[in-house]
Amino acid sequence: MIEFTNTRANHLVDPFLHVWGWEIPLYLFLGGLVAGMMAIVGWFLFTGRHRQTHSVMALLPGLGLVLLSLGMGALFLDLEHKPYVWRLYTTFQPSSPMSWGAWILVAVYPALLGALLLSVPTFLRERFPALATLSDRLRAQAPVVRGIAAANLSLGGLLGIYTGILLSAMGARPLWNSAVLGPLFLASGLSSAAALVHMMARDRSESQLLARADNRFLQTEIVLLALFFIGLLTATQVHIRAAGLLFGGPFTAVFWVGVVGVGIALPLFIQSLAVSHRIRHTPVAPLLVLAGGLLLRFVIVHAGQVSRWGPG
Amino acid sequence: MARYGMAIDTMRCVGCMDCVVACKTENELPEGLCRDWIVTEATGAFPDTRLELRSERCNHCDRPPCVHCCPTGASHVEDPGHLVQITKELCIGCKACLAACPYDARYIHRDGYADKCTFCVHRVEQGLSPACVAVCPTRCMHFGDLDDPHSEVSRLLTSRRHHALQPEAGTGPRIFFLT
Repeated sequence: MIEFTNTRANHLVDPFLHVWGWEIPLYLFLGGLVAGMMAIVGWFLFTGRHRQTHSVMALLPGLGLVLLSLGMGALFLDLEHKPYVWRLYTTFQPSSPMSWGAWILVAVYPALLGALLLSVPTFLRERFPALATLSDRLRAQAPVVRGIAAANLSLGGLLGIYTGILLSAMGARPLWNSAVLGPLFLASGLSSAAALVHMMARDRSESQLLARADNRFLQTEIVLLALFFIGLLTATQVHIRAAGLLFGGPFTAVFWVGVVGVGIALPLFIQSLAVSHRIRHTPVAPLLVLAGGLLLRFVIVHAGQVSRWGPG
Repeated sequence: MARYGMAIDTMRCVGCMDCVVACKTENELPEGLCRDWIVTEATGAFPDTRLELRSERCNHCDRPPCVHCCPTGASHVEDPGHLVQITKELCIGCKACLAACPYDARYIHRDGYADKCTFCVHRVEQGLSPACVAVCPTRCMHFGDLDDPHSEVSRLLTSRRHHALQPEAGTGPRIFFLT
């Protein structure tokens, strides 16, 4: 038998780490969602959908900018030493995923703005003719379109995978310490973005396309979750104990029912019926996917903080 | 250059918490926060039981994850002593270092920056011991250069059985507990 007593009772640290509340999971979710939207934007640009007036493409870059700003707002709210936030941009720390993230976010804004210029929404074109003229000129330059498409695809991938690496680089938290977390959060971000764009699309072929893509992303998520658990359950005792938080521990019900059941399996089932034309496309499945993506971040961030190397 | 560390004799420590009080006083820590603390670990089953009292703090690791994850360079390794220190004017309070520390040795100061044990570097630079070492009534704490084979800590570590905390975490902790 081992019994520990500890006189330490530091705020946010004891009895278990709880430094990150709702802000960081929300930021990771919105970051992943925007990353997925950027990948879709890149894909749409490569396939010429920005030239189609009825395409949902025109709404994506602007919405991406808004959502990313909301995410960064949540990140800012989480900081404890807010007046010093500018210090992030006076240095680059190559060993720090958060420093990488800060600079990736700086690069993401111009990429999304570039995409916005290529597909200015109709109401903006009517209000600002100069913007419409600039947009038409840029659209005529194929290398510019390809460059912006490539920037959105690559930066979207980087942003999506960074949201997972931010956590997986924390060796002190065994639940997070898995290289699979990066691809898992990327797949979840792609899935959430596909779901959101699927809901927004007015064109039936786009809806169908995105629902099919979302099904692939959801299937990939299931495979990555399996790999994540295989990695944990075949590692050291602390990793097995960390996995136990989701296998019989306090996060079991919310993870398996909320994230896996309602957030992945159920929408996958509904969308599989919809893409095979057995039922109509409705917002139900995409909304469940979005809720599942958000819940995944909340569960992983909170359970990860409870996991530890020391006694516990 | 020196590489400071500590050897703490668990056979002498009585858990009086003088080290905790000395640290709070010396470093003017806010109420409710501490840079060092006492852990009591009881193992075994009666009658084969064992009790270990440990005065714990930041391990000033050789491979400090708190430094590697810091996005601004606020957490850094500096001399004297190759110690892990924090420049509060660079800290944004992102708490990545708190999450990265396997010892949960850091906390957020009331003023918003990350804070932890400094090995009382301001005293060490004047040739004094850290406050916790200086006040220990049982003289169970020893501070010195781990790279100097003639230092008291090095001699204790070569002559006594000892262990570090969670060495399997791979951070290279520099506080050793003599058993």
